[in-house]
Amino acid sequence: MSVRVRDPLGRPPALLMLPAAVAVLLLVVPLVAMVAATDLRGLPEQLRSEPLREALWLSVLTSTVATLFCLLLGLPLAWVLARLQFRGRTLLRALVTVPLVLPPVVAGVALRTAFGRTGVLGEPLLELTGFSFPFTTWGVVLAHVFVALPFVVLAIEGAFRSADPEYDAAAATLGASRWTAFRRVTVPLALPGIAAGLVLGWARSLGEFGATITFNGNYPGVTQTMPNLIYVTRQSDQDAALALSLVMLVVSVGTLLVLHDRWLGTPGVRA
Amino acid sequence: MTAGLEVDLHVPDRVAATFGAEPGSVLAIIGPNGAGKSTLVRALAGLLAADGHARLDGQDLLQLSARDREVGLVFQGQLLFPHLSALDNVAFGPRARGVARADAEHAAHQWLARLGIGDLAGRRPRELSGGQAQRVAIARALVTDPRLLLLDEPFTGLDVKVAMALRIELGRHLAAYDGVTLLVTHHAIDALTIADRVLVLDEGRVAQIGTPEEVSQRPRTEHVARLVGLNVVRDEHTLTAFTPEAVALSLTEPTGSPRLRWRGPVADVSPHGDAVRVLVHASPDLIADVTPAAAAELGLVPGREVWLSVKQTAVRRYATDPGLPGTVAP
Repeated sequence: MSVRVRDPLGRPPALLMLPAAVAVLLLVVPLVAMVAATDLRGLPEQLRSEPLREALWLSVLTSTVATLFCLLLGLPLAWVLARLQFRGRTLLRALVTVPLVLPPVVAGVALRTAFGRTGVLGEPLLELTGFSFPFTTWGVVLAHVFVALPFVVLAIEGAFRSADPEYDAAAATLGASRWTAFRRVTVPLALPGIAAGLVLGWARSLGEFGATITFNGNYPGVTQTMPNLIYVTRQSDQDAALALSLVMLVVSVGTLLVLHDRWLGTPGVRA
Repeated sequence: MTAGLEVDLHVPDRVAATFGAEPGSVLAIIGPNGAGKSTLVRALAGLLAADGHARLDGQDLLQLSARDREVGLVFQGQLLFPHLSALDNVAFGPRARGVARADAEHAAHQWLARLGIGDLAGRRPRELSGGQAQRVAIARALVTDPRLLLLDEPFTGLDVKVAMALRIELGRHLAAYDGVTLLVTHHAIDALTIADRVLVLDEGRVAQIGTPEEVSQRPRTEHVARLVGLNVVRDEHTLTAFTPEAVALSLTEPTGSPRLRWRGPVADVSPHGDAVRVLVHASPDLIADVTPAAAAELGLVPGREVWLSVKQTAVRRYATDPGLPGTVAP
C-alpha cells in the first residue's frame, strides 16, 4: 500500500488512515501469529496423522458434493430470481437470504427440527426409506448445502442479472426456446460469475462448523470435518490444533487465489 | 389468404398504427426519437405485448410466441452473442430450430460470404469493426429465412463511409429478398435510397405513408418536412413546401408576397455542408441555408430578429389530404 506523497487532492486524512491501518493489523496479525506459533518441524508428522487425513478428506468430499448440489439447485433458483417477474419475488429472495445471516448453530437446530428422526420431513423419510440424515456424512452434506446455498444463489443471480436479458430476446427471435437460450446464451455469459459463486459456496462449506456439529455431532470418519477436528484437538493438544489450522489456512488461501483468478483473470465477456 | 403484412397494432400509451406492406417490398419507418419506432418493431417481433393484429401472409403474428414468429430482427447495436464466433452467431438460429450442426454452419458460412465477411467467420464480436458486426447481425437474421425482416436502425453508430457502403449492399440483398422488410431509421436517406414505401411515425401514430417521392416532395407535417430537410407551411387546406436553400434572410422587411414572408428570432445556427443552416422561430419554425459570408454579414446569432422570404417560383403547393391512406383514427 503506497500513498503518494504529493497527492493532488491533498494529504489523506489521518482520521481515515489510522483506522484503516488498525483494520489491516486486526486482519493480518492473528494469521501471522498462528503461522509463527506453529511448530513447522513437527508439521510433517502431524500431517501424517490418521485423524487429520480422515477429517481433511471428509471436509473436501462433503464440501465438493455440497457444492455440486448447490449448482444443481442454486443455478435454477438464481435464474428464477433473475429472469422471472412474479408476485412475491422479493419475499422469496428474502427467504433465501435468511440462512446467510442465521447463526450456524441455529441453522443446525433448524435442520434437526426438519430432518431429525422426529422432524417434519425426517420422520416420514425414516419410515419410508429407513434413512435418517443426522449423524451421517449425508447429514454433513445437507448442513453444508443449507449454509452455502444462499451464497451460491445470490452470486449466480447477480451474474445472471449482469448478462443482458436482451440477449435472451435475440435468442428468442432466432427461434430458441427459453431452455436453449439459458443453455447457450445466459449460462455462458454468466460463467465467470457462476464459477465465482461456486468457489464461494465451496469455501463456505469447507469452513462450516456450527450447523454441522449441531446437526451431526462429531464422529471421526463420518461427520468429523476439519473444523470439528480442530475444535476438539484444541482442547487437548495446542500444537496439533495449530498444525491443523495451518492446513486450513493454506486451503483457504488457495481457494481465494482461484476466486481471484476467476474474477480478475476473465474480464467481462460482453463486447 | 392475403400475402404480405397487414398491421393494426396497439401498444397502450406508446403506439397505435395501421399499415400494410407487400411481399418483397421494403417499408421504411422514419420518425423522430421517441416516436415509437422501436416499440413497433419489438411488438412485431414478439418482445412486447400488443393488442390488435399483425397478419403476415394471413397468419396473425400477435397470436404466436416470439420464437414461433419466424421474424428476423436486426437489433439496434447488433446484440451479437459475445461468447460466440461470427459463424456460431449466424448458425445459432438454424441450430435453435433443430438444423444439424454441419448444415447450420454451412448455411452460416454461405451468408457470411454473401455479405463479404466469409474470412471473419472465426472472430468474436469484440474483434469485429462496427460495420463487420452489423453484417454478421444481418446474416444472422437472414439465414433463418424469415418471412418478415425487421431492421432497427441498422446504420446507427457506423461511420459515414461504412454506413453508405452497407446501405448500398443491403439494398441489393433486400431487392432479392421476397419477404417483407421493415427498416427503422431516423435518416431520411435510408428511406429514400432503399425503401419502396415510407411510413412516418410521430408520437406513436402514422403521420404519413407513401412512396419516398411523395413523402419527400409533399410532406404532410412539419416533422416529416424536417426529416426530409424541407420547410413546410400549413395554410388551412394547402401545404407549401420549399427547400432551405430557397429561403432568403434579411434584417429589413423584404418586398414580395406577404404570404411568403415570415419574421422571428434566430434559434440555432449550425454548419450544414458548405452552408450555414439557420433555424428561425417564426410561425412555424423554418430553416434557411445561407453562405457563411451572408451569415457573418447579417450577424446571425441566436436571438437576432430576422425576416425570411421565398420566391413564388421556388415553392410547391399541395392540398392537405384529410383522407390519407394509412392514418389512424385516434
